[in-house]
Amino acid sequence: MAKPLRIGCGAGFSGDRLEPAVVLAARGGIDYLVLECLAERTIALAQLRKRKDPARGYDPLLERRIELLLPELQARRFRLVTNMGAANPLAAADAVITIARRQGISIRVAVITGDDVLAEIDPAARTLETHTPLADFGELVSANAYLGVAALLPALETGADMVITGRVADPSLFVAPMAHRYGWALDDYDRLARGTSVGHLLECAGQLCGGYYAEPGPKEVPDMANLGFPYADVDPEGDATFGKAEGTGGRITLANAKEQLLYEVTDPFGYVTPDVIADFSKVTLRESGSDRVAVSGARGRARPRELKVSVGYLAGYVGEGEIGYAGANAVARARLAGEIIRERIGRLFPDMRVDLIGATSMHGRSFDPAAHPYEVRLRVAARAKSAELAMIVGEEVEALYTNGPAGGGGTRKYVHEQIGIVSTLVDREQVTAKVTIKEYAGNAKAA
Amino acid sequence: MPKLHELAHCRAGDKGNTSILSLIAYRAEDYPLLAAQVTIDAVAKHLRGIVEGDIRRFELPALWALQFVCARSLSGGVTTSLALDAHGKSLSYALLEMEIPVS
Repeated sequence: MAKPLRIGCGAGFSGDRLEPAVVLAARGGIDYLVLECLAERTIALAQLRKRKDPARGYDPLLERRIELLLPELQARRFRLVTNMGAANPLAAADAVITIARRQGISIRVAVITGDDVLAEIDPAARTLETHTPLADFGELVSANAYLGVAALLPALETGADMVITGRVADPSLFVAPMAHRYGWALDDYDRLARGTSVGHLLECAGQLCGGYYAEPGPKEVPDMANLGFPYADVDPEGDATFGKAEGTGGRITLANAKEQLLYEVTDPFGYVTPDVIADFSKVTLRESGSDRVAVSGARGRARPRELKVSVGYLAGYVGEGEIGYAGANAVARARLAGEIIRERIGRLFPDMRVDLIGATSMHGRSFDPAAHPYEVRLRVAARAKSAELAMIVGEEVEALYTNGPAGGGGTRKYVHEQIGIVSTLVDREQVTAKVTIKEYAGNAKAA
Repeated sequence: MPKLHELAHCRAGDKGNTSILSLIAYRAEDYPLLAAQVTIDAVAKHLRGIVEGDIRRFELPALWALQFVCARSLSGGVTTSLALDAHGKSLSYALLEMEIPVS
């Protein structure tokens, strides 16, 4: 049998660690490296950066990732696929070319545009979440359709070393190289579904290797500090076996793979992507060796007629303040501090939340009635129409030093702008993906 | 009564204002107990004050797993929530605090 296609995942979110991707590139023997860097809100934030500077609006870590990976890409000739283009894939490619020129490495980059539908979106379109018009949410700052394999294939067919996209369904970043290598038809739904299960298992990178899994005692994972990122050896049917580079930390196990297969899946019998509706319920996962888990058995049915569009809107500002209390009556003093804040500024902030960090901030209550924390932090957060108003929250919490309960210390205050996200659908035919090639041909002509 | 934490593990995910909680038995023989005891009603009661919308439950015996899809569980959604853990990443361990009767 021919050598299977090996696809690695070198980033599972925008802020992911840089080094594991370099290890995977250098020692993983991969054919493709996928960097998945777009969460729900990432593009809207990138769009705001692009407004301020038309040359920005791509992933803020793009330069740092690419500087580390280009020499590996040159040495090992794998192909790189990434959605780090965010709100500005063309500018992202320009940034890559700049780095390639500086490093003296020739490169061809295929850029996919067409996901940005902000100019075309109908403000009267209703959201999937609330069934109310988009226009009701305030100023819209981004609208990006989830592209799929159909948009990625023409870019791969150009033979480019690197493919840069904006919004693409996460699993599609992985399925496209499979469909390209093995010549899958776009209506070969069972193979696309199996490929989707593989892409879904890979897309959060370290989460398949013990990240977000480890718990001392019942769920031990070795050498977490050197957590490796995974790859999949994919066969022509779309079945695959997962592994990671020798010498990296973490562990690939059946239990962890089960958690990841179900992660963020709102319907395991019908996982919807632009490419296929995949049924994960009959998926078989099996440990086939140390750090090896095999996946097979996903089934597919026809892809949806419409594409999901993620829409970002300006949702105002949030002000936050924190102060800590410790020792006797710490919880009572923190509670008193919260009551004081509510009385002082509650009328300014109809949407205010008061938490006790160390007691009830995560779940709103404690499931352990005997819990008695030695120390606790008061946290106050409130929504405001302006940054100036939001500042008042942190200022008032800080003022608890001299105007609040005994022994308050370690205050912090924050203000940040909030971007809300809702989604809607558009007809597939309304979205046209386009491929642009950007190239640095090397410095052969240089003296 | 044992806690779910002794029998199963869980990973929390999010989509908008929906929290998605898997519940996976460590041992195949414990799956029927989970399927029988960890009902939609039991989860709704256990997570009252957290889950404000409907809960859907999927049975996945091949994975020894249940999947709970909990609407309106993230204080308005990841992007506009005032909560410290806006994604509800820690809700996995809230579910695992549930006590279940064993015969």
